[in-house]
Amino acid sequence: MSRLYEPTGFSRALETGAAWLLGFLWILPLAYAVWTAFHPSEYSAKFVLTAPLTLENFVRAWDAAPFARYFANSFALVTMVLAAQLVLGTLAAYAFARFEFPGKDIAFILVLVQLMIMPDVLIVENYRTMSRLGLLDSIPAIGLPYVASAFGIFLLRQTFKTVPRELDEAARVEGAGPVAILLKVYVPLAKPVYLAYGLVSVSYHWNNFLWPLIVTNSVTSRPVTVGLQVFSSGDQGIDWSIITAATLMTSGPLLVGFLLFQRQFVQSFMRAGIR
Amino acid sequence: MNRPAITGWLLVLPAAALLALFTHWPIVGTVWDSFHATPKGANPAPFVGLENYQVMIADEVFWKSLWNNLWFALGTIPISIALALVMALWVNSAMRGRTWLRVAFFTPTVLPMIAVANIWLFFYTPQYGLLEKLTTGLGFGTHNWLGTESTALACMIVVAIWKEAGFFMIFYLAALQSIPPSLAEAAALEGAPRGYYLRRIVLPLLMPTTLFVLVNAVINSFRLVDHIVVMTRGGPNNATSLLLFHVYQVGFSFWDTGYAAALTVVLLAILALAAIGQFVFLDRKVHYQ
Repeated sequence: MSRLYEPTGFSRALETGAAWLLGFLWILPLAYAVWTAFHPSEYSAKFVLTAPLTLENFVRAWDAAPFARYFANSFALVTMVLAAQLVLGTLAAYAFARFEFPGKDIAFILVLVQLMIMPDVLIVENYRTMSRLGLLDSIPAIGLPYVASAFGIFLLRQTFKTVPRELDEAARVEGAGPVAILLKVYVPLAKPVYLAYGLVSVSYHWNNFLWPLIVTNSVTSRPVTVGLQVFSSGDQGIDWSIITAATLMTSGPLLVGFLLFQRQFVQSFMRAGIR
Repeated sequence: MNRPAITGWLLVLPAAALLALFTHWPIVGTVWDSFHATPKGANPAPFVGLENYQVMIADEVFWKSLWNNLWFALGTIPISIALALVMALWVNSAMRGRTWLRVAFFTPTVLPMIAVANIWLFFYTPQYGLLEKLTTGLGFGTHNWLGTESTALACMIVVAIWKEAGFFMIFYLAALQSIPPSLAEAAALEGAPRGYYLRRIVLPLLMPTTLFVLVNAVINSFRLVDHIVVMTRGGPNNATSLLLFHVYQVGFSFWDTGYAAALTVVLLAILALAAIGQFVFLDRKVHYQ
């Protein structure tokens, strides 16, 4: 918005005050969690500045459950899903952007169906499929339904369509085949979109919970979200300090990444949102 | 077929195959299974016609979940969209501390819903929770926010608004930044006051974004039940059971997959309605582009 229509005078002060109040409310639950996690449990709801800081809660949470394994599983999951999504999405987007083939329009509409009906709601049938494939309780079972991503195909197609055809032609004149053109012309030009999509995808799959909860049932395949749930609903006795420490730990990698690169994060989500 | 056509199909094929296996086939399979009983052992499930749907009509938890879900959507969507718009206007202005505000508003989006749910669970906890400390400190009695039927769903709505508003803010922010400054200059030249500019120029220009956000919000309110699983497990007395949570319970606690398929059909119908809604309103969207 233009600087012409900034609030002025009293209304400016009022709006700034309201914005800060809302911002404070928005950060409050997280600040509260950080307070609880870094202080001994007797201070979990007693806010005094002299409360001693401690990492004890994190140590105890880490020792109480196989979080290292959960982290490794989540890491493997998001890496595999993203890599496969990028390859499949790039190929399909390229075809939809630059090739004419019979059934193209119908195929594209069928792709878009997934924007509305995500694998998240098809849990009953996808569980059955995984069971038939003998993949239950494995990391591929968590990732496979999401590997062909309508969102990714759509986003990349929009981007590829903006690439000038002349670049395409020039490469073809030099004798490059379709795949070589894709790799040399299209992919480099779409770098910011790949970054944007990557961030969205990684945070989605790191955070995904219901489907992994259903399809996994052992330490060897559980991602951190499910691990956290198993841990916090177990018979630990409700020690909130430890549970909050575990909670922060599981969100840690994304949270730290976000706070360090918040500008890029927000811009990436914005880029992914424009269609 | 000529060569480019074959290449095109080959490029689409891997993605198409996986989409067919994990999106299209399950959609068809859901409808098919909803007319069949839950298979026992290796025997194929017998055809039972509309029996699962008859069970559904008699199932009080289904109706309760459906109503809960509608109230949940109605409580979450308008407030989170309105807040998102206000947040975006603030963050996009020259306001002091706007970078800090952007981080504050957006952070809940980056956190896993399950982590968010754990934090809020503690927030709502009787006696120890921050909310209890606040209310008792102000002289009110104690109240079990999540354990009481009348307040549990409202608590879920608050969590969802907190989680989603910052996400929707991003889309408004992107739209606001694409509004050409010349519009504001022209409006200022005509002497239009700020309220008029926001209401008559900015708001209409944001309509496509609002529609997009609205559809996403509808989908999310039927797709996301992580917080229910963690915080209330649908209780007390099914007061917070949402449709997908009921599907999850029927399908994976009672293992009645035939009935769970019938319930999923209702969910799919609602999502299809949202899709059709978007399609119908798309005409208006084009008007502004």
